Amino acid sequence: MPRSIRASGWGHSMAETYGRELRRAGADANSPVRRLVLLLRRYPLGAAGAFILTVFVLAAIFADAITWLDPLRTNAPEKLMVPGGKHWFGSDVMGRDIYSRIVFGARISLAVSLGATTLGSVLGVAVGLASGYLGGTFDLCVQRVMDVLQALPLLVLALVTSAALGPSLTNTVIAIAIPMIPASARVIRSNTLALREAAFIEAAQVQGMSEWRIAIRHILPNTVAPLIVLATAQLGSAILTEASLSFLGLGIPEPAPSWGRMLSESAAEYMRTAPWLVIFPGAAISLMVFGTNLLGDALRDILDPRQRG
Amino acid sequence: MTPVLQVEDLKKHYPVKSGFLRRTTGTVFAVDGVSFSIAPGETLGLVGESGCGKSTVARTVMRLVEPTSGRIVVEGTDIAGLSKAALRPFRREMQMVFQDPFSSLNPRMSAGDIVREPLLVHNVASGREADERVAALFAQVGLRPGQMGNFPHQFSGGQRQRISIARALALNPRLIVADEPVSALDVSIQAQVINLLMDLQRDQGLAYLFIAHDLAVVEHISHKVAVMYLGRIVEYADKTSLYRRPQHPYTEALLSAVPVPDPKLKRRKRLLEGDVPSPMRPPPGCAFHTRCPYAEARCKVEAPVLRELAPGHVAACHLR
Amino acid sequence: MIADPILEVAGLRTVFFTAAGLVRAVEDVSFTLRRGEVLAVVGESGCGKSITALSLMRLVPSPPGRIVAGSVKLEGRDLLAISEAEMRAVRGNLMSMIFQEPMTSLNPVLTVGEQIAETVRLHRDVSKADAWARAVEMLRRVRIPEPAQRAKEYPHQLSGGMRQRAMIAIALACDPKVLIADEPTTALDVTIQAQILDLMLQLQQESGTSVLLITHDLGVVAETAQRVVVMYAGRKIEEASVEDLFARPMHPYTHGLMRSIPHLAAMSGAVAERLQEIPGMVPALSNLPGGCAFAARCGHADAACAAGVPPLEERRPDHYVACWHAGTLV
Repeated sequence: MPRSIRASGWGHSMAETYGRELRRAGADANSPVRRLVLLLRRYPLGAAGAFILTVFVLAAIFADAITWLDPLRTNAPEKLMVPGGKHWFGSDVMGRDIYSRIVFGARISLAVSLGATTLGSVLGVAVGLASGYLGGTFDLCVQRVMDVLQALPLLVLALVTSAALGPSLTNTVIAIAIPMIPASARVIRSNTLALREAAFIEAAQVQGMSEWRIAIRHILPNTVAPLIVLATAQLGSAILTEASLSFLGLGIPEPAPSWGRMLSESAAEYMRTAPWLVIFPGAAISLMVFGTNLLGDALRDILDPRQRG
Repeated sequence: MTPVLQVEDLKKHYPVKSGFLRRTTGTVFAVDGVSFSIAPGETLGLVGESGCGKSTVARTVMRLVEPTSGRIVVEGTDIAGLSKAALRPFRREMQMVFQDPFSSLNPRMSAGDIVREPLLVHNVASGREADERVAALFAQVGLRPGQMGNFPHQFSGGQRQRISIARALALNPRLIVADEPVSALDVSIQAQVINLLMDLQRDQGLAYLFIAHDLAVVEHISHKVAVMYLGRIVEYADKTSLYRRPQHPYTEALLSAVPVPDPKLKRRKRLLEGDVPSPMRPPPGCAFHTRCPYAEARCKVEAPVLRELAPGHVAACHLR
Repeated sequence: MIADPILEVAGLRTVFFTAAGLVRAVEDVSFTLRRGEVLAVVGESGCGKSITALSLMRLVPSPPGRIVAGSVKLEGRDLLAISEAEMRAVRGNLMSMIFQEPMTSLNPVLTVGEQIAETVRLHRDVSKADAWARAVEMLRRVRIPEPAQRAKEYPHQLSGGMRQRAMIAIALACDPKVLIADEPTTALDVTIQAQILDLMLQLQQESGTSVLLITHDLGVVAETAQRVVVMYAGRKIEEASVEDLFARPMHPYTHGLMRSIPHLAAMSGAVAERLQEIPGMVPALSNLPGGCAFAARCGHADAACAAGVPPLEERRPDHYVACWHAGTLV
């Protein structure tokens, strides 16, 4: 067997020729419970990611029930308490409970990142679908704008937008969402271009369906899987960006508990004397991003095997 | 009887663009002057090798690609130049079945929704009435109405082609253009789909434009057969006449090349030399002369026209 | 006179471990390829014929696949028992393979000549110049015009038929004892298919290579093979000489398959009014019924068929069939 076969064509033709045989074999295990069990066993890391995120989401939803101290109330006598007892994670320089602030911070972090990712994806889908389906000059112009947006790093663009809009929850969401548009627009556009050639789109045209109906009914649903994959990946960077913006003072304004701001307030001064001020918000950010990344990788493998790296 | 479809001098030329400025540097003569007509309840088989333009004919007739010139007459109207909106009522007259049973169904829609959609798009039926119609269509193509809620991946290739046929039947068309409808199917499943198509024709008087590369399948299903080579019809006759007494050397070679499942039949094959020339640079004169075992000097310069060699049997060859 | 065997496959069993469970792609398959003959393995997609071919070359993707039992003896040496390094010296040298899709099987960034020469240098201790000369010679042998020129071209510059010729040139470059051809003409047009089959038969007669031809096309089988193995759902269900198989198919599946394909009336003289259908569909390999896998689609099936897998028995001289009713059905 020459190297050329093993090196290039082989893996590919293998998948094409014999994949169908195996797919046919796999098409039968279809009870939802059994599939879930199979997925969990097959992607234990993805399951771990999903678990981590679920814990954060539950914490954010039931924040009032699982905390007993107001995250905003200052309490000078109890400042800089060591973790333990009443303050599980200790307290900060104003005597606010770190545990409560972390839990309520999850709410902010999730709200901002989910909001930004959703907004970015929706706008990206609209742009990508129009660009891919209309084509021509419109496509050309839109793509160049996307090129410009993508030429700037996510954080830099978010920084500029955020600085221009001023710090507030809504503005932070917008500032993070805008730099996310190009990535989802690209994914949707390339999928739209590929789908335009699919026989079922031609079948729809043959039936006399309007372009609008074809785009909404036939193209859009088939781009959902890659979009979910991308959105999960973007969720992680949205969390990080929010933390970074807040760290730099451009994100969520005081007194709302933002993990990024908690870090910035304490990093320089208290790193040595009260390390819990840094450790807990830092760990929360890392853990949440880690969780989304694990889940994202697994989702990519499950939903969009072609992009496996 | 007025034909359900009449195609006159249909041409589809694709410009080839290259270079930085996307200048047109050549032309692919995908379909280059094709004429035929199909009577109600009749099947015209269109055969030829890949690149001969047979699929482009189908796609042009269905207006999936715009014809360069020529007439496509349906119900007395030339639909070649109609706008999308003006075309819509004619869509109900002719529908299409595609080759690939895996990509021709939207994977995110249930089988029932796929078959129901044409009814909704053309406001033929909705609600309960549409459900009943879809169930009837399922039964008609040999699927259980209970399978309406299933998604395409839950069906086998043959069943998916049945869904495709049900979708095409939904609007009660008079003509179905079938582009290689069985070539992606397993051998033991092909017969099921061929029989289904023939049963539907018998029961409903459907006409087919049946495009395939398998000559045995085309012979089985067609009434008339047209052989294409490099964008043109080189021979056109009723089935028996064409298969028993092929006139064009290309038809002869095609028939001779088909492997016959009978080891006792030791035929001398008439093997063609070389490959099909590029449709970007079709040879001058008779396009087939580069591979023709009988080619003479005039074949290289003078393009033969279709001539009637026997009643209803036309071929484009100088030597007959 | 029966030629001596060159490749003996016995009790081959290849499985895939998939999310849906164990897939028995090849189940207890045995056959013998004799010196200088063309043996066809015929069946539909999912019948295990391609996995059988890959198993012989030890190229089953692993994981998820694994050859779990059997032996593949090439001139008496069991290829399943030797090391991977020894197997590499067999592939492309003693035993080579051509695939259905010549475009994906050729490396797009190497010229055709380089790819042939590479194979030669992998197995023969020859200079670069000699290997190149051999490449040009091989292209001439597969009837490619202007072989010295074509050797310097890249796969995309060749037509589909030319590419398949180049694949054959690579496969035959080291004069293998056995050539495995997996659907070699399925992707080609009918006139090109006729050329390639004709070429393969000519080369086979020139070199004496034994050919294992994997195909789904009964016409190709009838025109090229001396003997035929029919596979269904991972098992061999019938084996006979090509004349005997087409004249007297004994397994209901083989029989049904032959009745279900349209024949050119000009050749056979008769026009079938209606094709005989084989009802139902090929069962999923992960979910095979007990007993005969064809029973659900078979008009002759009864309780015995559902109860046990029929053994392969010699019902006529050199005609083997696995069917409980082979004795009563002819």
